[in-house]
Amino acid sequence: MASVTLEKLNKTFGHTHIIKDVDLKVADGEFVVFVGPSGCGKSTLLRLIAGLESITDGELKIADGVVNDLPPRERGVGMVFQSYALYPHMTVYENMAFGLKLAKMANETVDDRVMATARILQLEELLHRKPKELSGGQRQRVAMGRAMAREPRILLFDEPLSNLDASLRVQMRNEIARLHYRLGSTMIYVTHDQVEAMTLADKIVVLRDGRIEQVGSPQTLYQQPATKFVAGFIGSPTMNFMPAELMHKTVSGSNEGCRVTAPGLGELALPQDASGESKGASLSLGVRPEHLRLDEAHGDNSFEIVNIEYLGNEVYVYLEPKVGETLLIHRSEAPSRWTLGQRVALVPDLEHVHLFNGQDQALTVKTTRAVA
Amino acid sequence: MNQYQLIKLAKRVGLYALIAVVMVYAIFPFYYAVITSLKPSSELFRVDFWLSSLDFGNYVQIFTQKSFVRAIFNSIIVSLSVVFIALLLGITASYALGRVRFRGRTTVMLTILGVSMFPQVAVLSGLFEVIRTLNLYNNPGGLILSYTIFTLPFTVWVLTTFMRQLPMELEEAAIMDGATPWVIITKVFLPLMWPAMATTGLLAFIAAWNEFLFALTFTLTDDQRTVPVAIALISGGSQHELPWGAIMAASVTVTVPLVILVMIFQRRIVSGLTAGAVKG
Repeated sequence: MASVTLEKLNKTFGHTHIIKDVDLKVADGEFVVFVGPSGCGKSTLLRLIAGLESITDGELKIADGVVNDLPPRERGVGMVFQSYALYPHMTVYENMAFGLKLAKMANETVDDRVMATARILQLEELLHRKPKELSGGQRQRVAMGRAMAREPRILLFDEPLSNLDASLRVQMRNEIARLHYRLGSTMIYVTHDQVEAMTLADKIVVLRDGRIEQVGSPQTLYQQPATKFVAGFIGSPTMNFMPAELMHKTVSGSNEGCRVTAPGLGELALPQDASGESKGASLSLGVRPEHLRLDEAHGDNSFEIVNIEYLGNEVYVYLEPKVGETLLIHRSEAPSRWTLGQRVALVPDLEHVHLFNGQDQALTVKTTRAVA
Repeated sequence: MNQYQLIKLAKRVGLYALIAVVMVYAIFPFYYAVITSLKPSSELFRVDFWLSSLDFGNYVQIFTQKSFVRAIFNSIIVSLSVVFIALLLGITASYALGRVRFRGRTTVMLTILGVSMFPQVAVLSGLFEVIRTLNLYNNPGGLILSYTIFTLPFTVWVLTTFMRQLPMELEEAAIMDGATPWVIITKVFLPLMWPAMATTGLLAFIAAWNEFLFALTFTLTDDQRTVPVAIALISGGSQHELPWGAIMAASVTVTVPLVILVMIFQRRIVSGLTAGAVKG
């Protein structure tokens, strides 16, 4: 077990700059998830930590030692691959013992370690089978066992669940979470699935184009996204965005908050601090589907319901936006009294509205007001 | 019977007729060699398509010749050495060409392919000088060297395409487990490459076993010769008599092991040769 520190880490392939000045601290025993759309560099970042790719610039420390130039086996990292990458010609036991034997450990130690790992992962019955005789979930567990058997200081997971079907994925997700709780080891996990990120992580790192967009707990990322990108990436269904215009930098009667207008919604008084923006600036209003209320249409505040999805416990209502193409989504407990084709008014929950400036940065709520 | 059924029947008959033609075309020469080898020399020039009696005189004759037995032994040594060296070099080269990213990799591959296009005769005199310089003339070593030169391009190509198909993550998993390239090749890749190795190994073996031109040029004495040359040099009682029976017996003797090997490995050969073509 150990902490991991990335300082101004850079990676270029030829002329393509994949990882750009990434700074990150992973504390001992922490479960960190790298998340982002495909091509954002999250897998490359993991492979840099693993030692499968060379670091172009910057420093990588595990515990307190710089490991930039150490080969993977000396970094004390174990890795679980997306395709499991089990050795097809070896039994489960041999798969898990391979690394230990290469480290020239005594036979009894190898046996002890493999058996202990197999016990944790409930693989004892399968030790003498070949990978092709195992189900997807079992293969996944063997892959984890192989990474764990060498007792690495850090466990790395590269999209380990994306080859499993949906129900197995939920089950394995649970097993990984419980494993982290039991072992207490440092784990770094890469996924493009924000549900996996939200459910597993102590700390989520959102990556975009090789840069860190935001780092924080799942709660922080959901409730206080720092940028429009994070706001749109975290949460399902995704946040609704509507264009808005800054009317007044303060709410009348106080020197805090701001007033904006959005097409259809009219003028809104929001708690965000917009003192850094110029009057009339075009902003982006973000509202999560559960923070919208529907009401009888009145005046300009009238949106057409174009689709309704009933999911049993809740209902998604899709509305035609005033501007742009992306449908607005409203989410509520089932049953819903709204019908297709009806026109309704949108009432955002002002406490939970997000506001982003022209550079897609979130405008923050002044702390004095947030406390109150 | 209506017209449709007739056409169907005709098609079927045509198909089998075609198969029969191909079979006869391919097998008849070999079949006639077997028949000839089993005839006493007095009946040699009577055309028979079936064997009336068995006569193993020709086989006894060739196997009592010391030089022929010696030639078989030489052939086995040379062929096995070629297979071993070609596979060893081929596997290591294909790891580099298939797995390691370096400048000029394609150029190297194309050069290897280009070299294999040269006919044997074109390099014969040059190779002769090389072998003389290396002091390998009239020595199995010279044959092993020259056969390996001609086998290696094919071996490297097939093994490289096969190596490229092995998942990258498998190699990375081994690297994470602390494996060196040599361990990766021997402990992880080698067990997965048996089909390709069987194919290339067998084809290298056949090529070395049947090779004639180099074997004739680079050897001088009876006890260094390989089978194809030994067969060609089998002589009769006088210079006007060609001992066809003995020649056929010798040919059959040296071909049967190959046929058996191919039968054993035939499925492997097909899967190995198509390995690069379609995704498994």
